[in-house]
Amino acid sequence: MRVTFTVNGRTQRADDVWEGESLLYVLRERLGLAGSKNACEQGECGSCTVRLDGVPVCACLVAAGQAEGREVETVEGLADRATGELSVVQQAFVDSGAVQCGFCTPGLLVAADDLLRQRPDPSDADIREALSGNLCRCTGYEKILDAVRLAAARTGEAD
Amino acid sequence: MDFLRPAAWEEALAAKAAHPTAVPIAGGTDVMVEINFDHRRPAHLLDLTRIGELHEWDEDGPDIRLGAAVPYARILDELRTPLPGLALAAHTVGSPQIRNRGSVGGNLGAASPAGDSHPPLLAAGAVVEAESVRGTRLIPVEEFYTGVKRNALAPDELIRAVRVRKATGPQQFSKVGTRNAMVIAVCALGIALHPDSRTVRTGIGSAAPTPVRARAAEDFLASVLDEEGLWESGRPIAPSAVRQFAELCSGACNPIDDVRGSARYRRHAVGVMARRTLGWVWQTYTRGEGEARCA
Ligand SMILES: Cc1cc2nc3c(=O)[nH]c(=O)nc-3n(C[C@H](O)[C@H](O)[C@H](O)COP(=O)(O)OP(=O)(O)OC[C@H]3O[C@@H](n4cnc5c(N)ncnc54)[C@H](O)[C@@H]3O)c2cc1C
Ligand code: FES
Ligand code: FES
Repeated sequence: MRVTFTVNGRTQRADDVWEGESLLYVLRERLGLAGSKNACEQGECGSCTVRLDGVPVCACLVAAGQAEGREVETVEGLADRATGELSVVQQAFVDSGAVQCGFCTPGLLVAADDLLRQRPDPSDADIREALSGNLCRCTGYEKILDAVRLAAARTGEAD
Repeated sequence: MDFLRPAAWEEALAAKAAHPTAVPIAGGTDVMVEINFDHRRPAHLLDLTRIGELHEWDEDGPDIRLGAAVPYARILDELRTPLPGLALAAHTVGSPQIRNRGSVGGNLGAASPAGDSHPPLLAAGAVVEAESVRGTRLIPVEEFYTGVKRNALAPDELIRAVRVRKATGPQQFSKVGTRNAMVIAVCALGIALHPDSRTVRTGIGSAAPTPVRARAAEDFLASVLDEEGLWESGRPIAPSAVRQFAELCSGACNPIDDVRGSARYRRHAVGVMARRTLGWVWQTYTRGEGEARCA
């Protein structure tokens, strides 16, 4: 089947999509957007997190056909498209040493970015809750929490 | 495989009648795992996400009529007051990403004994609205669970909504697991006080082939509260009565040993949860204090 939806503001079309295929597979294998990672394919790790109509979801659990006509935002949409400048959350992850192997990073960035859009000044409990669906095997999470706090502080300063 | 994408409820019912083996997919948090791991290869997937009314809820007399596909995140945000037990349970489901997609209709469709919606639905009192081209059936939730991962739906039926009784007293939910997120319940318990009818109701998850009510415990406690005039006086429930209530809740279980816990542990834990949650709801009822706590 053919599936047409918006990815990071641009209309995209995928042909010959198998009906049982996930949105994650379409993004990675058909549209060449390999930022969203595939680790567990069962909603446990969060490395495939994208926003679907503005809501963070596991792309591995969305059937491709369910994305028809919807808006998807992936990690590729976070940096400034024209200049390549990193978003506040991305820069904070780099500056805080929150990235080791980097496999979990795209999903965490989308989840953290969404948190700061909903709550620009999150408490530590808010941060832990917002990131509770994302697993990281390298960092031990402390630097990731630091990064989100740093991004929140920088967003606050910029306002 | 065919992907059916009805735009309206009537179309969905017609599609299910034409293809009774079609697998409905709402949030996909159960269905997609099965497809990704090749545990399921249905000839038809029936997408329910385009049907507006499944994603809405409204008040209907004493009930909230909860559209089958309303995600947990919205139950948490919007229905905490009328459905406190279900909101507490919704908060323990998976992770934010899972709560943004997963729904009570999907939990009922999957009918896992570990599903977190079931104990609060049993405790609050709920009726499943099952619909087909033949008409609507109203199925009390305790009759909906027919076996491990089996439910009372006919092949041509879909869940339109769940009618959940609005709380008239405090409700609690407690779940045993290894951490706060991403945990399938080892066992779980919901309790609701219904001061309007002077009854107490319970729901126990993951401790029998289906979710169950502990009816003997409910009847025992209701008669204690009645005979001792505790609904009016608001005095504490005698420790011996609390103990007996907990034992009767344990006795309602018929658990198995599995990777998540032993049968003995489950029976014990259900008793502990029964005692604690009864303490919390009674305190809230008598003193109006004690908001949602972590169990
Ligand atoms: C990582 C992860 C963590 C999870 N954690 C929990 C947890 O903590 N607690 C818990 O209870 N569950 C948990 N689950 C399971 C799942 O999220 C829930 O069962 C959820 O309620 C399913 O809802 P859904 O809308 O995604 O269902 P779907 O996957 O879309 O459907 C589930 C089943 O219901 C059927 N169905 C769906 N809608 C209807 C309808 N309207 N009429 C008839 N049949 C229908 C489907 O055909 C399917 O059989 C978890 C799942 C994942 C992947
Ligand atoms: S790949 Fe989707 S949650 Fe792990
Ligand atoms: S940095 Fe390696 S998994 Fe998180």
